[in-house]
Amino acid sequence: MGKTRKKRNRQIMTVTWFFVGLFFVMMGYTCHYAVTHRQTLMNNSYNTRQEILVAQNRRGTIYAAGGQILAETATDQEGEEVRVYPYANMFSHAVGYASNGRYGIEAQANYYLINSNTRLSEKVANDVAGEKYPGDSVITTLDVDLQQIAYDSLGIYSGAVIVSEPSTGRILAMVSKPDFDPNEIDAIWDGLITDKESSVLLNRVTQGLYPPGSTFKIVTALEYIKENPDSYSQYKFQCGGRFTHGEEKINCYHGTVHGSEDFSKAFAKSCNSAFASIGLSLDRDKFGDTLDELLFNQELKVDFAYNQSKLVIDADTSDADVMQAAIGQGTTQMTPLQLNMITCAIANGGTLMKPYLLERVETSERTVVKQFSPGSYKRLMSEEEAQIMTGLMEEVVKSGTGTKLSGLSYTAAGKTGSAEYNKVKTDSHAWFTGFAPVEEPQVCVTIIIEGAGSGGDYAVPIAKRILDACFEE
Amino acid sequence: MMELYITELSKYLITLFIACYTLECFLVFRFQEEEKRKAGYFRQNIWMFLVHFSCFLVICFETGKIEYLLFYVLQQILLFSTVMLFRMIYPKGNLLIINNMCMLLSIGFVILTRLSYERAIKQFFIVTASIIIGMAVPFFIRNLKFLKSLTWVYAGIGIVALGVVLILGSVTYGSKISYSVAGITFQPSEFVKIVFVFFVASAFSETWDFLRVAVTAVLAGTHVLILVASKDLGSALIFFVVYVLMAFIATGRWIYLSLGVAGGAGAAIVAYRMFNHVQVRVQAWRDPFSCIDDAGFQITQSLFGISSGGWFGLGLFRGNPTSIPLVEADFVFSAVAEELGILFSMCMILICISSFIMCMNIALKLQDRFYRLIAFGLGVTYIFQVFLTIGGGTKFIPMTGVTLPFISYGGSSALTTLVMFFVIEGLYIIRRDEGDRRAKNKKRKNRKKRERRAGDEPQDGEDEEEA
Repeated sequence: MGKTRKKRNRQIMTVTWFFVGLFFVMMGYTCHYAVTHRQTLMNNSYNTRQEILVAQNRRGTIYAAGGQILAETATDQEGEEVRVYPYANMFSHAVGYASNGRYGIEAQANYYLINSNTRLSEKVANDVAGEKYPGDSVITTLDVDLQQIAYDSLGIYSGAVIVSEPSTGRILAMVSKPDFDPNEIDAIWDGLITDKESSVLLNRVTQGLYPPGSTFKIVTALEYIKENPDSYSQYKFQCGGRFTHGEEKINCYHGTVHGSEDFSKAFAKSCNSAFASIGLSLDRDKFGDTLDELLFNQELKVDFAYNQSKLVIDADTSDADVMQAAIGQGTTQMTPLQLNMITCAIANGGTLMKPYLLERVETSERTVVKQFSPGSYKRLMSEEEAQIMTGLMEEVVKSGTGTKLSGLSYTAAGKTGSAEYNKVKTDSHAWFTGFAPVEEPQVCVTIIIEGAGSGGDYAVPIAKRILDACFEE
Repeated sequence: MMELYITELSKYLITLFIACYTLECFLVFRFQEEEKRKAGYFRQNIWMFLVHFSCFLVICFETGKIEYLLFYVLQQILLFSTVMLFRMIYPKGNLLIINNMCMLLSIGFVILTRLSYERAIKQFFIVTASIIIGMAVPFFIRNLKFLKSLTWVYAGIGIVALGVVLILGSVTYGSKISYSVAGITFQPSEFVKIVFVFFVASAFSETWDFLRVAVTAVLAGTHVLILVASKDLGSALIFFVVYVLMAFIATGRWIYLSLGVAGGAGAAIVAYRMFNHVQVRVQAWRDPFSCIDDAGFQITQSLFGISSGGWFGLGLFRGNPTSIPLVEADFVFSAVAEELGILFSMCMILICISSFIMCMNIALKLQDRFYRLIAFGLGVTYIFQVFLTIGGGTKFIPMTGVTLPFISYGGSSALTTLVMFFVIEGLYIIRRDEGDRRAKNKKRKNRKKRERRAGDEPQDGEDEEEA
């Protein structure tokens, strides 16, 4: 009798502990979910609680790294709140806008901007004065001087410029053209959304998908080095200005005959014939794996809006497609951001740092609410591979298509590109991606100018102006 | 300007008060005897008063309406007299159960007042009436010995009551769960929960062989199927789980638990295949944001609410809980979490757990099988319902649409849970009676032993455990 009773009691205890355990799991889950999803849930357009915060707090200010105001909320003569962007078009895509939906940093940092962590006494003072509480401000990584140079350099062309710091992932400048004046967003909105042709609202740096042209030879070269670590330096090719395989013909840029070349020269001179033949020699499955390693065809762990760069190569890819892909033509689509990230990884010994735009969040009295610190994203290649790639890119500047960057007080490395984007072969996008100084890379620049011509003639000079501003007196 | 300081400060104070209350809930388990727990129970009453008072202070400051103050005084009188009267009528009663009941009721009053003043008043009158009814319950439980022999009567009442709703019932959100008599809406599945536990307990009170299990399983299954046909899936699930666990404890055989779990899983799969509304709910649980316009709307609004409050909440009247459809019934937890904070809502869950543990504790120590099974069954009914409603509102499990006992708006639910807790009080008193009797027997036996002096008779039939 006593035994059965003990057994039965043990069973009741089991049921009791089962439920207690279940509740603790549920409590843990609920707390974790609520805390980790707070921002995304608050930014959801179905969440009406945003309106409470907006009614209660005045939207915070967005600052450049140097303390200049990029966006602030002011009150006009009628007592209406207006969002003011002192630099107008210059930061149109990077900072974005906050009415008619939100875009750029205005969207990314919305949660911080509409919340107020100001002191209680300050809130009381505002209550007494019948004013809203000051929202928290956001300090960005953007550098006004670099942005200005990049913005001016692009001139009337459409295109994109991104300048970043390879050792941290900070984005120092982000320019996209055509641009717009965010101060006028309400007035010009209807025109902007109906104009499908120029896609003014698109941030070309992070969302523009372009054929990468010869800048993609960075990827092809990296794959060739990976597959032939010992023999790539013995590579030999005789360029006659054209490479034919089956039906497919690949021409060098403007039919230039490069003659006898080794691997370094083929890269420096950006020889399409050599790279088409290299492309054919590559293991297509391994090539596809390398593309995955380099973050193609996948979601990026970045906190701003972007498009995925696309190129799939596997055992089923045809010879013609591989030849085109190897020289960055064909179906390949790439954002300037993606190219900049790969370049940054090369400059940073193979490790990519997570690109970011927000430095910290502060209250209106400048007390730090949240500090963002640099974080490693992923290793994209080995340190040795990064070193070899740096050497190849340095040669481009010394003796190849990027000589406009040679003979300066600082050293630079990079790769140019002239991407053909339609059947009329004369039109091409001018690309450049590179970094400086070579010994200890501090900035990484990626530029695309739509329909300008060759990268060496049009993109490299802009890179020079930006790098001059960083390193010349 | 004063109200800003008050709301901000009160956020932390209210959390502190409820945390202290919750701590006492578990500290009382240090002591075996109710006498030694008295001081803890008294401190609980103070914390309870402070939580209730500071919440209403905030409500008055935020709304600036004096009628809330009057309402508060009425609530305070009700809760105070409940505790006092219970102590007087049932000196052998358990005060943790009563305190927790009053604490949860006061949270319910606070949040309902905030959500809808009219409904809060209605709820207040229902609760008052229910407490008056409930006060008599322990007396009946203790004295009506024939309750044990009404097995088939309970089953009949349950099946008929549920069946009538299925046939005559009015449709609420796609499920037939209630009917109205003279303007008052009844939700029989609530009351039947208690009757059902009595049925299973009495069926297993004398015999628990295979035949008994089979017969009760068929009858319990009938309850469940009627509820499924009424599309009241939450209640169906509660009845099912309660039966399986009670059968397991009554027989002491794991095989019945395994069979129950397997059968439940099978039934869940069949239900998922057969019923579109089950698929919709599962979809809304797996990815509510993909169907945010229709099926996922409620749950996403609930998640918005829970996450927006943070640890200490936005403060009463500072959030937007009314954006959640059915917030005062099925999603009241989200409203509590939003305005009173995640920490507060976690304390609230812990209070529910403490009530459950006390209930299981009573089941452990009861000698009589019938009463022991009732204590166990009611405890499981209560905690599983809490689990379904909170788990559903936080996207831990799919939504089933049941109410949070004591907190949610709803007359049938309030009356049922109150009666349930008063039945448990009755059982606690029976347990203490058993303890007293045993102590008396022991004394008598010892006296006999001493009289015989030799005392070499082996007597191990009785248990050593003390109340």
